[in-house]
Amino acid sequence: MPIITHAKSAAVVIDDAKCIAEKGCTVCVDVCPLDILAIDEGRQKAFMKYDECWYCMPCEADCPTGAVKVNIPYLLR
Amino acid sequence: MSEPKTEIIETDLLVIGGGTGGPMAAIKAKEANPKLRVVLMEKANVKRSGAISMGMDGLNNAVVPGYATPEQYVKEITVANDGIVNQKAVMAYATGSFPMIQYLDKLGVKFEKDGSGEYNMRKVHHMGTYVLPMPEGHNVKKVLYRQLRRLQVAVTNRYMATRLLKGADGRIAGAVGVNTRTSEFLVVKAKAVILACGAAGRLGLPASGYMFGTYENAANCGDGYAMAYHAGAELANLECYQINPLIKDYNGPSCAYVTGPFGGFTANNKGDRFIECDYWSGQMMLEFWRELQSGNGPVYLKMDHLAEETISEIETILHTNERPSRGRFHERRGNDYRKQPVEMHISEIGFCSGHSASGVAVDEFARTTVPGLYAVGDMASVPHNYMLGAFVNGGIAGADAAEYCANVDLAAHDEGHLAAEKERVLAPTRREDGLTPHEMEFKTRRLVNDYLEPPKVTAKMRIGQRRFAEIRDDLSALCARDPHELLRALEMQTILDCADMAAAASLYRTESRWGFYHLRVDHPETNDDEWFCHTALYKDENGQMAHAKRAVDPYIVPVEADEMAAYHQLRVKTPAAAE
Ligand SMILES: Cc1cc2nc3c(=O)[nH]c(=O)nc-3n(C[C@H](O)[C@H](O)[C@H](O)COP(=O)(O)OP(=O)(O)OC[C@H]3O[C@@H](n4cnc5c(N)ncnc54)[C@H](O)[C@@H]3O)c2cc1C
Ligand code: SF4
Ligand code: SF4
Repeated sequence: MPIITHAKSAAVVIDDAKCIAEKGCTVCVDVCPLDILAIDEGRQKAFMKYDECWYCMPCEADCPTGAVKVNIPYLLR
Repeated sequence: MSEPKTEIIETDLLVIGGGTGGPMAAIKAKEANPKLRVVLMEKANVKRSGAISMGMDGLNNAVVPGYATPEQYVKEITVANDGIVNQKAVMAYATGSFPMIQYLDKLGVKFEKDGSGEYNMRKVHHMGTYVLPMPEGHNVKKVLYRQLRRLQVAVTNRYMATRLLKGADGRIAGAVGVNTRTSEFLVVKAKAVILACGAAGRLGLPASGYMFGTYENAANCGDGYAMAYHAGAELANLECYQINPLIKDYNGPSCAYVTGPFGGFTANNKGDRFIECDYWSGQMMLEFWRELQSGNGPVYLKMDHLAEETISEIETILHTNERPSRGRFHERRGNDYRKQPVEMHISEIGFCSGHSASGVAVDEFARTTVPGLYAVGDMASVPHNYMLGAFVNGGIAGADAAEYCANVDLAAHDEGHLAAEKERVLAPTRREDGLTPHEMEFKTRRLVNDYLEPPKVTAKMRIGQRRFAEIRDDLSALCARDPHELLRALEMQTILDCADMAAAASLYRTESRWGFYHLRVDHPETNDDEWFCHTALYKDENGQMAHAKRAVDPYIVPVEADEMAAYHQLRVKTPAAAE
């Protein structure tokens, strides 16, 4: 069967103005236990790539600039 | 995807899982023998992985002199588990408990103390006093990480172990790992392996339908159980599920262990207490379920009768530690502990000895039935082990494995097995289209809910088995288009293995035991004559799932018959008015 993509809302939000991924920061990507964050190659900013969040918050707690906000995923909010 | 590279490395001890018990195993192995080569393989990143990723609210099972003796603890855990325990293993934990607290304290983990510097113990269990709060328990992972660095443990992050390797003589020979970002293989040849992969937390599907909204850290999908099973190790009492009373929808602890000592309690919709003790046990969950069935639900955690200072103290603990997103959840819902109680529900099922009693069968040295293979923490069979148990048994395994490694040479693994495993791992990457890991996982877990949840019905569990077999056939269509999808595809196969184990184990024990955890509608009575034993589940020579009864070793701490019933009388006689 062919595979289709399916839109989801991202509960983990990154404030591009604060994110310093372009300076080489990857802290949130490094610490996420579910490995769901990534750096957008073009924009050089972190983003939530997969809707597989345990809302545990190391990404938010360890971000050096306070750019990450973890919201509770919509299905259980 | 082009064919991923394979790197082969050699070590003395390989520890798989860098959450709680794993790091401590590596630390204690290094302390026992600084020359030992130790590799710690972690699926995520050791800095923030596992159940204690953000810290912990407290020690749930601390045996502290002046409050409890190891004998009292062994007795309480024996009673809470309907007698089916390996007391020697529980005793090894109980005697190691206080030295481990002192060790962690020395390393910088903060425990609550009173004015004179004594540990501030609280009573939550039915009989004894074992809870030690950690209102400043955020730094546990930092402390462990520092110690791993200091002792030069080699850490490989973002490698998911997929299978254990064995030598021709049946000894452990190492493990296969797959990088979760590149799909490259790392084969670690080792004299001994310690499994510390945590609970099987993605077995049932949360009622919210959100696959990662689990009680357990969702990285813990049961890989340790599957690896041990495929390596031929015995798993004990898997029918004794983990089922927890949690905040509805949020699906995390509410948490009665923190609030109980302050005067919070579990109440029904009339605001009345209906259980005498909030300590999590199968009996407690049974009463919880009955209350929901009776129409007196929802069940709540009630705190609105407490004083303002108490509530703010509780909020500080619950909303900054362990699961800090609790506060964020309540805020959006407009939940205020002062004004209304917190709605709770019954979680989906899982395997976890941290809170229940099942797991890879181990003795008091954390040894499994496979030579050179150890298991610790939530995935090993020592009951009600919680965080401190993961540390203590991790330490025991590390020290024992260091000694074992000194006396054996490296076993040569079977090249055929390795090649077959690489093929199994990569199979989903060889397809252009087919079924996605998500949908196959979702369906497996939805069927777990439909057919395996207690009250367990024989006819339903058999249907479940047939449906799991159909999903197994569908694995030939499982498709992973990148390394991340491959990680989920491998996890999905673990979950299916665990689902099969949960069904088979539940069908084997034809009695009811452990309250709600193994409530069988067709066999409602506890039958001590036939089933006062452990059950072992293992893969036999023909590759089939097999079962056996294993005797409960003679007790080292005797328990009188009338004491054994203590956890069966948890229901409040006449509901007391809310105080
Ligand atoms: C929300 C929550 C609250 C809790 N509260 C308390 C409390 O207040 N007090 C208390 O005493 N206990 C508490 N517990 C229990 C306690 O945290 C656990 O019992 C304990 O931390 C388990 O340790 P572990 O080493 O077995 O597993 P974990 O610490 O979870 O570690 C398992 C590790 O294995 C890794 N892993 C999994 N699969 C693989 C693989 N295939 N390859 C490589 N690595 C892998 C995971 O990424 C993870 O890092 C709580 C648990 C949870 C989930
Ligand atoms: S940790 Fe913060 S600054 Fe660094 S990449 Fe992530 S969001 Fe950007
Ligand atoms: S909350 Fe946890 S799982 Fe979600 S993105 Fe942050 S670190 Fe990852």
